[in-house]
Amino acid sequence: MTADDGGRLSSLAKYVPGFLTASDDRPRWLDDLRLILLATAVVYLTFILLGLIGGLSINGITRELQAVTLLSASIALVVLALNLHWGYTGLFNIGIAGFMAVGAYTTAMVTASPDARIPGLGLSLWIGIPAGMIAAALVGFIVALPALRLRADYFAIVTLAAAEVIRRLYNSSSLDQFELFGIALGTGSGRGIRDFPNIRNTVSRHILYADPGGPSDPYPWGQLLFTIGEEFDLIAFVIERIVYTLFIIVLVILVFVLLTRTANSPFGRILKAIREDELATKSLGKNTNRVKIKAFMLGCAIMGLAGIVWQGSRGNVTPDLFMPIITFYIFIALIIGGSGSNAGGVVGAVLFAGLLFDGPPMVERAVNNLVDLPRTNTMNDALIGLANLDPEVFFGYVMVQMSSLRFMLFGIVLILLMIYRPDGVLGHRNEPAAAIDLRKQQAPDHEETNEVDETDE
Amino acid sequence: MKQMSDQLDLTVDGEGSTADGRNALLEIRNLRKRFGGIDAVDGIGFDIEPATITGLIGPNGAGKSTTFNLITGVYRPDGGTVRFAGEDVTGFRPNQLAKRGLVRTFQITRELNEMTVLENMLLAFKGQLGEQLYRSVLPVLRREVVEQEHELLASVWEILELFELDHLAHEEAGTLSGGQRKLLELSRALLTNPEMLLLDEPMAGVNPSLEQHLLERIHELHGEGYTFLLVEHDMNVIMEHCERVIVMHQGQILADGSPAEIQQNEAVIEAYLGGEV
Amino acid sequence: MVRDGLNDITSRISVEAIRHQVEALRYRASRWSLGEWFGVALVLLVVILAIDLVRRLVVGDIGPSTVGTFLWRGSVDGLLIALAAVGLSMTYSILRFANFSQGDLVTTGAFTGWAAAYVVAGIGVADFGTRFFLNPDRGTSARELDMHIFGAPLAIFTGLIVAAVMTILVALAIDKLVYKRMRNAGGIPLLIASVGVALALRYIIVFFYGERTRGVTRSSPVIEHELLFWTDAVDAHQLVVVVIGVLMVFSLHIVLQYTKLGKAMRAMADNKDLALVTGIPTERVVLVTWVLGAGLTGMGGYLIVLEQETLNFNTGWFLLLLIFAAVILGGIGSIYGAIVGALIIGMAINISLVWIPSDLTEVAAFMLMILILIFRPSGIFGGVETA
Ligand SMILES: Nc1ncnc2c1ncn2[C@@H]1O[C@H](COP(=O)(O)OP(=O)(O)O)[C@@H](O)[C@H]1O
Ligand SMILES: [Mg+2]
Repeated sequence: MTADDGGRLSSLAKYVPGFLTASDDRPRWLDDLRLILLATAVVYLTFILLGLIGGLSINGITRELQAVTLLSASIALVVLALNLHWGYTGLFNIGIAGFMAVGAYTTAMVTASPDARIPGLGLSLWIGIPAGMIAAALVGFIVALPALRLRADYFAIVTLAAAEVIRRLYNSSSLDQFELFGIALGTGSGRGIRDFPNIRNTVSRHILYADPGGPSDPYPWGQLLFTIGEEFDLIAFVIERIVYTLFIIVLVILVFVLLTRTANSPFGRILKAIREDELATKSLGKNTNRVKIKAFMLGCAIMGLAGIVWQGSRGNVTPDLFMPIITFYIFIALIIGGSGSNAGGVVGAVLFAGLLFDGPPMVERAVNNLVDLPRTNTMNDALIGLANLDPEVFFGYVMVQMSSLRFMLFGIVLILLMIYRPDGVLGHRNEPAAAIDLRKQQAPDHEETNEVDETDE
Repeated sequence: MKQMSDQLDLTVDGEGSTADGRNALLEIRNLRKRFGGIDAVDGIGFDIEPATITGLIGPNGAGKSTTFNLITGVYRPDGGTVRFAGEDVTGFRPNQLAKRGLVRTFQITRELNEMTVLENMLLAFKGQLGEQLYRSVLPVLRREVVEQEHELLASVWEILELFELDHLAHEEAGTLSGGQRKLLELSRALLTNPEMLLLDEPMAGVNPSLEQHLLERIHELHGEGYTFLLVEHDMNVIMEHCERVIVMHQGQILADGSPAEIQQNEAVIEAYLGGEV
Repeated sequence: MVRDGLNDITSRISVEAIRHQVEALRYRASRWSLGEWFGVALVLLVVILAIDLVRRLVVGDIGPSTVGTFLWRGSVDGLLIALAAVGLSMTYSILRFANFSQGDLVTTGAFTGWAAAYVVAGIGVADFGTRFFLNPDRGTSARELDMHIFGAPLAIFTGLIVAAVMTILVALAIDKLVYKRMRNAGGIPLLIASVGVALALRYIIVFFYGERTRGVTRSSPVIEHELLFWTDAVDAHQLVVVVIGVLMVFSLHIVLQYTKLGKAMRAMADNKDLALVTGIPTERVVLVTWVLGAGLTGMGGYLIVLEQETLNFNTGWFLLLLIFAAVILGGIGSIYGAIVGALIIGMAINISLVWIPSDLTEVAAFMLMILILIFRPSGIFGGVETA
């Protein structure tokens, strides 16, 4: 048996003993968990170290860890959906931002108060969130139905253009406010929609307090968290954020299980076969179009969900939250982890959010706390400094530019990955395409005694 | 104007086809396909009776693979009709035909590279419960799916052993040799439980002992009532194993008859056998 | 009598012929592919819009000068897009991938060209750094340098040349560093790599020039002349764009038709395998592709700024989809198609203002592109892939 199924050792894992090393004997999910925890540990240690150097308090470091975890989990949610599209099925969808926008905007429009400047339906989030997901899936259907037979690169352009069409429609002043079947609605054009529930606060308060309106009467588990928090001097606000982060992590786990089951099934087998060779799959009697549309819609619904609980969770949605660059974050994350594997995708999301996205600002803070660099505002001044043999001036400029320099880093990482590690940092990984663990199956007469094992969840 | 003439041909249908063939399984009439300036298939017609083995031969570029592609819906014909089991299936998509029991293999194998041999084989079964997304993901329903997978796997092992592929079961299909891929494709096609198989050069690259094995298997299946249409370059295979041979040349049918008749046909010898020797 | 008989015959013949024609047409229509139906629908739509335009003109909804302005702006935008679209089309057909960094090559041309223009125009007015970094401290301005076509013609011309040269050099460097290592990697890995290139290039520019939008030229002088029959006055900068654009397109035509390398390029665009077999120096053709494509792209970026007066690191990236739309409209792989496609897109985003609000014109262009990709991926001319 080759190492392919078991997961090749990541270069990081090589130096870690015991539980953290890969093994063929372990169930697959444990192996996946190991990789994800490993990546998280790397990011956490880096952040704690940088936070300490940067002079952050416990509250500060916890907030940074919470923030990076929330970002990782949010990205992971979308990465998993993209992996369903691209990794399993080979549908090269670069319109992710558009489907996220549909989810977030639909939820906002359904839940916004009818009396607000931009009126909505005023329904509860229980209806608003599913409505957002369904809307994203339906838009996915509209885009996918005609586009599924296209070549991968044409499909890419169509989805990117569709996402831009969606964003610009939400941005357009002609849809600022309108009436649909006599109901006043609106997208708020460039200013977006404001008067709908702040999902981040609503969710965490519903979990923590018996009476979410006035944060005074916590549930027992809420009380427990606050007591623990007090030990570490954590303020209630940080605890609320941590709870929301846990909520997103639970969503990631649910989606992970859902999509892993999807992959490890006859349905997933068709998806994988479509990715490999659609004509061959058709010739075996599979209605590939229907399967592709189902998979595409499911992925779009998850992208819509991510749009709601990530970009749309702060109580306002604007078109700028759904620029095409979001799509590329997701792609970079998936390519880091290796497309085709769910665990890889989550690892990629953690590494992207931790090391590439939130990491550089932490470095900037740490450096600024260590050395007192001058704030150099232009490259001109920086180069003049360099010419005067004063590198501090130049590095001051680099620090000022750190948040945009990381985008350069994204690009360079993407290029290097495509040239040297197109299968991702974990190497070639693949979801097995059956509802039972095929690795353990032997031809019946080789060993009559080999009982069918219990690996199939 | 070109299309007009197609239409005219349609009205004088049936000239190139064989006997009435009321009980034919596959009926081809006046099938045509042009690529650029070439008439790859130029108005051919024939009937295939159930439970027969028919050979389709002809020099390279004669249009054999294109004929297969037209019958199985890979290409849309420019004209003509295809009937299978009494139903007009012209222009149907490959999956619709495979569902009806008309399954083909490809000259250049199309195994699913990054899937293991087992996964390749499991894919083939028709109407698997787990092909419904909801059954595959919902907790209780999934149990039946898992059960069925075990059942399917049993048949897979059976056929893998038959084709001597069992030792490769866990390998990714992309790592197999050319001959092994041919076997994989054929065995995969068999698992779809077809009524009729169109095999495009199934023996190319298969080692002689396996080839013998394969032919035996084909005969066995033939005995069970399967119908075969077979493109093959090895004349011995064709002459020994086919009841009937159709010869194509430059997109048209040059001859159609028993192996013995074909061997004596002047035109065939000139266009094909003569050219090769 | 004889004449009558003849008439009768001819009329009968023609009726027969017409009936035949109709039959033929009906027969053909019955087997039209989706793409052909789409083509017909598109033509119908354009005809209806044209009729409506004429109606509005007659009724007086819009004045002829408005339409004249739309057409003029359409050609300006169209030529600007064309310069970038040619490059995209070339890489698409010869290197076989959708280059998502094309927009940032446009930006590269804009920044390098205008830096050169400032360096030249500002001699003696400001120090080199201030000029090279395009007035980072707001110490010297376009006004001070009199940065318009009559104020600093030499500087602006120098900038154009530098824009082309620098964009070529950048494109060649990228090819050597990235794409050359992936020649046989297939369209999608190359596409993804080009996204990486786009990000890296864009933020290298930000590293040098920052994220702020700057005005780099003075507003264009106006030319009035009776030769400009369609309008009272024309922006000189727009005229410069049109003249240079037409000149470049024409030069490209000469290169493609009459030089050996141009012919080799066309051959390779048609069929790479064939070109390999027949011994056309592939890497040399690749080189020429980048030189021609990136040169025109860089000039395009430079001229876009001349026309719109402002410059930002996103200038090219925001144009990318319009550039793709042009290439797809004209049929991917066809260089002439890309030019025509660009002109159509330029016209469309201006003339469509008659019917739709300005913040939706590009949406209309993108929708058109999507529909064409879906129904007629070979472009509106539906032709063969020829350069
Ligand atoms: N997809 C295609 N595009 C253009 N020409 C094709 C295509 N497929 C087949 N042809 C041409 O059609 C003719 C018949 O080919 P084919 O059916 O493959 O022959 P055979 O299988 O008998 O060797 C050949 O001339 C071949 O070049
Ligand atoms: Mg063939």
